Amino acid sequence: MCDTCGCSITPGNRHLVEAGGKLANIQDGRASVEVLTNLLAENDAMARHNRKHIERHGVLAINLMSSPGSGKTALLEATADALGGRLRIGVIEGDLATENDARRIRAKGVPAIQITTGQACHLDAHMVHDALHELDLAALDVLFIENVGNLVCPASFDLGHHLNVALLSVAEGDDKPAKYPVMFRHADLVLLSKADLLGAIDDFDTAAAERHVRDLANPAPVMPVSVRRPALLENWIAWVEAKLTSRRMGLVQRPRVERDARNLVGMHP
Amino acid sequence: MHELAIAQGLMGEVLRVAAMHGANGVDLVVVRIGALAGVEPGLLERAFSVARAGTLASRAALEIEHGPLVVVCSSCGAETEARADRIVCGDCGDWKVRVVEGEEMLLVRVGLTGVGEAAPSEDKSEPPHLQM
Ligand SMILES: Nc1nc2c(ncn2[C@@H]2O[C@H](COP(=O)(O)OP(=O)(O)O)[C@@H](O)[C@H]2O)c(=O)[nH]1
Ligand SMILES: [Mg+2]
Ligand SMILES: [Zn+2]
Ligand SMILES: [Zn+2]
Ligand SMILES: [Zn+2]
Ligand SMILES: [Zn+2]
Repeated sequence: MCDTCGCSITPGNRHLVEAGGKLANIQDGRASVEVLTNLLAENDAMARHNRKHIERHGVLAINLMSSPGSGKTALLEATADALGGRLRIGVIEGDLATENDARRIRAKGVPAIQITTGQACHLDAHMVHDALHELDLAALDVLFIENVGNLVCPASFDLGHHLNVALLSVAEGDDKPAKYPVMFRHADLVLLSKADLLGAIDDFDTAAAERHVRDLANPAPVMPVSVRRPALLENWIAWVEAKLTSRRMGLVQRPRVERDARNLVGMHP
Repeated sequence: MHELAIAQGLMGEVLRVAAMHGANGVDLVVVRIGALAGVEPGLLERAFSVARAGTLASRAALEIEHGPLVVVCSSCGAETEARADRIVCGDCGDWKVRVVEGEEMLLVRVGLTGVGEAAPSEDKSEPPHLQM
């Protein structure tokens, strides 16, 4: 047990640490306080609230992340078509400051709430919370959250979702996972989007893309998808249905990298 | 640039700690940022100087501790250091590893000033808890 490094924090004594920190030494009115709080504690508390809310309705929530233009909205449109009402889906759109993406989704008969992120480069749990309260969760099986097109910061914010999906379009280069390790490490599924273009793009190697994902210690499936080839959507649809089934069977679904684990480990000085 | 959001969250926490201990100033903020936390130290420093303005911590220094990225291999059991873009076992090269250190994003310590009036400084083993 070590008092200053936090490795001894347990669910039982954690409130002591969080209550304002342990006053270490004090001299002439100057004090040093050991704290050890997660910098995203406020976001994460909101995310836990969101997840509870979502789970109360038996909904599975999936966070879609990618660079701008990798095909997130197109995938959601194609998913609505492919499901053909077999599952009830809803979408929280955070990709653009306009209503464009939400309009595209609604045109498919799917409820969509647009979060106007303005200049924000990621969604956070508070933005998603407000959107959640505008959605009728009781009428949904799967909720998709389309994050802001950005490979850097969306990965750092838990939204209260269950699974992360990262899209990498075949026009982007198969080494993107190595360049954006934080994002691709968090993915529970990596989709190689616009796979219909693979024939025309000669320097994208799907095996290399998968190797780069493995090099981040990530066992996530890596699958090609295309909204232009119905056959190249089947694996994706099957994955969503399988995850919903596990969720319904009461199996815990959580994003691969959980914040609690990531902040209370490895604290030996 | 989510560093500003993080710096604002950090400042909220720092000010909460300061208020809890009845301090009237903050002169040091120590954070620990793992290699996989997704935070750029340079950007965080800049964001911090924006976020601290006009608060009790307006003159606080920010100290960033960087920990190593440490993985434990599921194949050979070795505990080795890795690079953020190549999280594999340093011994056998296998990718089936677990990250045991490198994802933390923590406020570690806060230096407070003006805590209490006549704080006894001799007895360090039992520091008095002020205004809890
Ligand atoms: N060839 C091809 N183009 C696609 C595919 N998916 C999306 N696109 C195109 O890529 C562009 C950006 O797609 P969009 O869904 O708006 O990307 P988002 O910014 O990630 O939401 C659009 O012009 C789409 O038509 C695909 O599977 N194949
Ligand atoms: Mg979009
Ligand atoms: Zn310890
Ligand atoms: Zn609520
Ligand atoms: Zn951001
Ligand atoms: Zn090994």
